[in-house]
Parts: sequence; structure tokens; C-alpha cells
Amino acid sequence: MSGIIELQAVTKRYAESIVLDDLSLSIPPRSITGVIGESGSGKSTLLQLVNGLVLPDSGTVNVFGKPLPRDDLARFRRRVGYAVQGTGLFPHLRIAQNIGLLGALERWSPADIDARTAELMRLMDLSPELKLRYPYQLSGGQQQRVGICRAMFLRPEILLLDEPFSGVDPLTRRDIHTRFLELLAAEPATVVLVTHDIAEARRLASELVIVHDGRLIQTGETAEVMRNPATKHVALLVGDSSDD
Amino acid sequence: MIDRLALSLTCLGVCSGLSAQPEQIAVGSKNFTEGYVLAEIMAQLLESRGIPVERRFGFGGTLVAFEALRAGEIDVYAEYTGTIGQVILGSDATLNSVQLAAALAQLDLEALPALGFNNTYALAVTSPTARRYNLRTISDLQALSDLRFGLSHEFRDRADGWPGLKSIYGLSQDSSGIEHGLAYQALLEGEIDVTDAYSTDGDLQRYQLVVLEDDRGYFPSYHALPLTRQDLDSEVKAILGELADRLDDESMRALNAEVVVENRSFAEAAAAFLLAQGLVTEVQAPTVNMWRSLVNNTLVHLKLTGIALLAACLTGLSLALAVYRSRRLSKVVLYVAGLLQTIPSIALLALMIPVAGVGQTPAIIALFLYSLLPIVRNAITALVTIDPLLRRVATALGLTHLQQLRHVYIPLALPHVLAGVRIAAVVSIGTATLAAFIGAGGLGEPIVTGLALNNTSLILQGAIPAALLALCAELVFEALERWLVPRHLTSAQLVS
Repeated sequence: MSGIIELQAVTKRYAESIVLDDLSLSIPPRSITGVIGESGSGKSTLLQLVNGLVLPDSGTVNVFGKPLPRDDLARFRRRVGYAVQGTGLFPHLRIAQNIGLLGALERWSPADIDARTAELMRLMDLSPELKLRYPYQLSGGQQQRVGICRAMFLRPEILLLDEPFSGVDPLTRRDIHTRFLELLAAEPATVVLVTHDIAEARRLASELVIVHDGRLIQTGETAEVMRNPATKHVALLVGDSSDD
Repeated sequence: MIDRLALSLTCLGVCSGLSAQPEQIAVGSKNFTEGYVLAEIMAQLLESRGIPVERRFGFGGTLVAFEALRAGEIDVYAEYTGTIGQVILGSDATLNSVQLAAALAQLDLEALPALGFNNTYALAVTSPTARRYNLRTISDLQALSDLRFGLSHEFRDRADGWPGLKSIYGLSQDSSGIEHGLAYQALLEGEIDVTDAYSTDGDLQRYQLVVLEDDRGYFPSYHALPLTRQDLDSEVKAILGELADRLDDESMRALNAEVVVENRSFAEAAAAFLLAQGLVTEVQAPTVNMWRSLVNNTLVHLKLTGIALLAACLTGLSLALAVYRSRRLSKVVLYVAGLLQTIPSIALLALMIPVAGVGQTPAIIALFLYSLLPIVRNAITALVTIDPLLRRVATALGLTHLQQLRHVYIPLALPHVLAGVRIAAVVSIGTATLAAFIGAGGLGEPIVTGLALNNTSLILQGAIPAALLALCAELVFEALERWLVPRHLTSAQLVS
């Protein structure tokens, strides 16, 4: 196996309930992997294992070919972008400050931060005049784009996305998808995208990982999984294409 | 935002760091008219002999003044033999002068020669009441169970006060506590029928009150004398000794009446007395500049509240940051801070005396303890209620713990924290007026003196500036919040 992200026999429990059960997974570099499953299937936990927000009870998680550096997780996480549903934008910081926060912490010069912020906002089709606004002054779609810009600021090699595009109307979502793919074309990264929206996964993901009750059900190229679902359950999950 | 916060804290600190007093003879007084008059007489006599004097008047009770003397906060104040024996030395028997001197010597204290008069306790009623019930002696009260007794707090609690009086005379009436300065007013307005008084009280003359005769000889004698420490300069002792036997009951009552009836200042009454006695040759024009004392009192008030608030901010915020991640520790801290808050402020100030003496230090400590709860509670609440999603994102983006605090937690907690500091500031400014009872000065000083004199305008000279100060604090914190916090996150926004 030569994945940039490698999970080996990972098990995670909360209290008595098993969230992830003996799960092994390899994610190749530069891929966009869609993690599909219902709510409670363990897909968010899977994502948080990769950046060390969650530590496994057993099994190993290797990223960049090594176990997570437990004594220096902060620096490690700056190589791994993270964007979530609800965006998690900091309400007290203006848009430019939200996007450029990591640059400031990395002691970039203000000019470099400005330039990088402008570049990302252009790529994600955000008008420059939004820079000085606060998050609450933006629409949901605009906030999601800002969340992506912030996650991409330091040009991370891995980008973890936890349903970052949910909650906006289909047209806006499709526009954001297009912009996001353009951004990735300009700045390639390995993307792990957790979603419950199969249409989104089909549009964005090259690989699919199907999770059910903490277990891995099927992995493979998106087209292949769509064509040959391993179980009836998978067929039901990937068969739904409501907003496509 | 953090830099502004640091700047604001520094300013607060600089504002708090005000002056200290030079070395002088500190003359103290308890907070009733006679105490002030005697203190002023001692002060002016010393000044006329070229000894610089610091006036520390208005201590709220015998123990406070006594502790102030022992702690060296003051060098001398006028005390009464009965009070020394019963309250201070805890001796039930009436002590003769030799026994008294021996007992005081064990505490390194010394009683200077007595001033002459005997200001013992007495019970007083209005003349209409006296006529109506044909009252002449305390024994006459026995049968009148409907009479309402409003007694000063100290009198009610002293063994040689109400409890003993009640049993000796077989009185069955209940009593309520009342501030001595307000008792005569209550008597005249018919809210109470009987109160305690001092036999040399000028108010007895002013309100034409009838003093009931102590027909069973219950009250011990209360000869006034300057109480001081043994180590006081012998020259100073000698000067104060000149006052021996200069005042009989009548002249003391007249002096008190000059102040309470004729509205002369303590200083004027004292000066006239010293002149008449030939103790001084010229009147030291006593200058009482209202504006200067107002500014002084305000500065002291700001110093007390400023230092207390600054210390409470630093301690409270550090404490909150240290414990907010543990639910159990947070609870413990909040319980303790809440417990401190439930102690009545005047009691907390009194409890401070054995620990920190009297004056500004214990006042600052007490104000600090009071300010702690709103600050800690708001800070902990603010920190634990930060959106978990924001915490997760801050971690996931690769912010170290310190960076999370600085860039996320503290700015987000700031509106709540500021609101807590604001409450603490306003409460402190109010509570600090009580600090005058333990000799801390500030805007409570004219209030305490005004209460002793039943002088409303003097009370207002403390109360109005204190209220204005509280208002200013509100405005300052509002401005600070506008400066530090984005508008959509201000506390006004949080409430709506």
C-alpha cells in the first residue's frame, strides 16, 4: 500500500458503542475520495482520525507515511486543511482575517497574506469587497467558500472536508463545486470529502468509500462502485440522485 | 484586540497607583459627634504645638478604632473607661484606674489622664412620650410592653448594654437595631418610642428629649480619656495630658450641641473650646474646603476600587483560564466566589480587621473578594459556552493551545468578561463607601460623618459623587466594549 493516508485495523469506541470497527483504508495521493454513509455511520469520526482530533483505541493511522506526531500535532495539522458543515468561521474576525489567520500565525508578511487571500477569494469567486465584512454579513454559500479559502490558505497537501457544501440551494452548491474543482486544478491536494449527498460525491469524487455501522462496506473508483454496488445497502445509497 | 486589552489594563493599573501619606501623629475617632469633637480638640492642640497631625476620623465601632490603634494605623483616639473594660478587655467587673492601666499595659497601650466628664449610656424618650406615660426612670418602662425600642447596634450587642439592662430591670420589650444617627429622627417621627443615648449627647438638648434616670445604677461609668500606645512620643503624651479634667458633663454636652444644634463644624467647636480654656492663644483658622476634600475623597475612592478591580481581573481571569476545562474545578471556584459574595459587605470588612488591620489594605482586600465572583463567573461561563464547532475548527486548523486562547477563546469571551468586570466595578464603587467604617477614607467618609451628625447635605457630599462615579464606570466600560469588541458581538447584541 502506498496511500498518503493509511488506516490499519482501526477501532474507535465512545463509551460502550463502537463507532469504527476494524477499519482499514488506503487513500492515494491527489485523489478526491468521497466517504458516504448515513448519519451515525462513523464517517465524521473517520475524518477526524486523519488530523488527530480523534485518536484510535486500536490500530494505526499513518499520514504522509508516518504515524501522527502526537507531540507536535499543531504543526502537522497546518499541512492538513479542514472545512466543516456550518463553516466554523470565527465570528469576531473579518473575512480576510478568517482566511489569513494561519498565514499570520506562520508569520507571513502582511503583503503576502493579502496577496494569498486575494488569490483564494478570486479562485472561489468571492468579491474583494467582502474582505472587511464579518461572517454574519455573508450568505450561507459565501461563508462556505470562505471556509474553503481558509482551509486552503497554507496550500495543504491534504484537505479534509466534513459536509462543507450542505445547507445551500442546489444551484449555488453546483457553482461552489465548479469553483472548488478549479481551485484544486490550480493547487492539487489529496481530498477526503465526507458527504451524505451521492450527487455531490459523483460530481467531485474519483474514489468512493462506503461506511455503514462503523464498517467499511465497499471502496473503489466512483464509476465502478456506482456500476457494481457490493450490497443492496450500497445500491440504495448510491442509487439516490435526487438533486442531479 | 489583545494589545488594546493589555493597554487598558495598564492604564487601570497606573490610575490606581496613587500617593502614600507622610509620617505624622494620626488622630482617630469613632463615628459619633463626641468622638469627632474630642479628636478635633486633640488634633488642634497638637498642631498648635507644632506637631503635624493626620486626621483619621469616623471608624465604625469600638473594635475597629481599637484595632487601628494597636496596628499603628492611628496613634490616639478618645475612648471611655467603661468601654475599655467591657468591650475591649472583656472584663465584666468595673475596673479602677490602676487595674485598667495594668490591663492596657499588657497590650502595650496606655490611658492618658481622663478628660473629666462621664458619658454613660442612657435611655431617652420624647417629652410627649414621657408625659403620656409619666416616665421618669428606667424602671417606669417595665409595665409598658407596647413601647418600641430602637437601639443602636453596638448597644444591643454589648453585655453592658441592652442584654444586661433588660435583665436587671426586667424589661420584656423586644428591640430593633437602628443606626444611631437616625434614631432621634425615628423617635421624633414616632417610628420608635425609646432609644439609647449618651448622657452628654448634644442632640438631647436639640430635640428636647427626656433622659430616663438609671435608678438601679446599672450603667458603668464612662469617663473619656485619650487612649494611645505606650510607645507614643512622651512630648505628645504630655501635650494631650494638658486636657485632663478640662471637660465636665455640661461643657461636653454644650460642645456637642454646638455641632449638632448650631451646625458649627467640629473644628470650629474645638477651636473655640481650646481658646476659652487658654490651651491655645490664637484660633487656628480651620479651613474646610469642600471641593478639596471632595477631590481627595474621590481619589482615595478610585484608588480603593481601582486596585481591587485590577487585582480581581488578574486573579479572576487567570483562575477562569486555569479551571474552565474542568467542570468540577469550575464548580468549586464558583461556589467559593459565590460564598464570599453572600457575606454582608459590612461584615466582610469587619472580618478583615483581625487579618489585615484597618485602613485601606483590608478595604481593598474586601473589595477584591467581592469583585471576584462576577468576573470569575462571567469568564468561566463565557469560556465554557464557546461554540464547540469553533473549538474543533481552531484545533483542526493547527492552532496551538495558546494561539487558540489568544485568537479565539479570549476574544469570544471578551464581551461576557467585560460585562462581569463592569458589574464588579459598579458594585465596588458602591461597596467602597462602607470602607470608611474601617478608616479607609474615600467617599464613604462624608457619609459616615453625615450619619453621625444627622446631616443630610454631608451625606449627599459622599453619596452623589459615588453615584456619579458608578455612572462614569458604566460609561467607561461601555466605551471600552465598543473599542474592543465588534459591534455584532457586544453584550447588548447578546441580550437581544
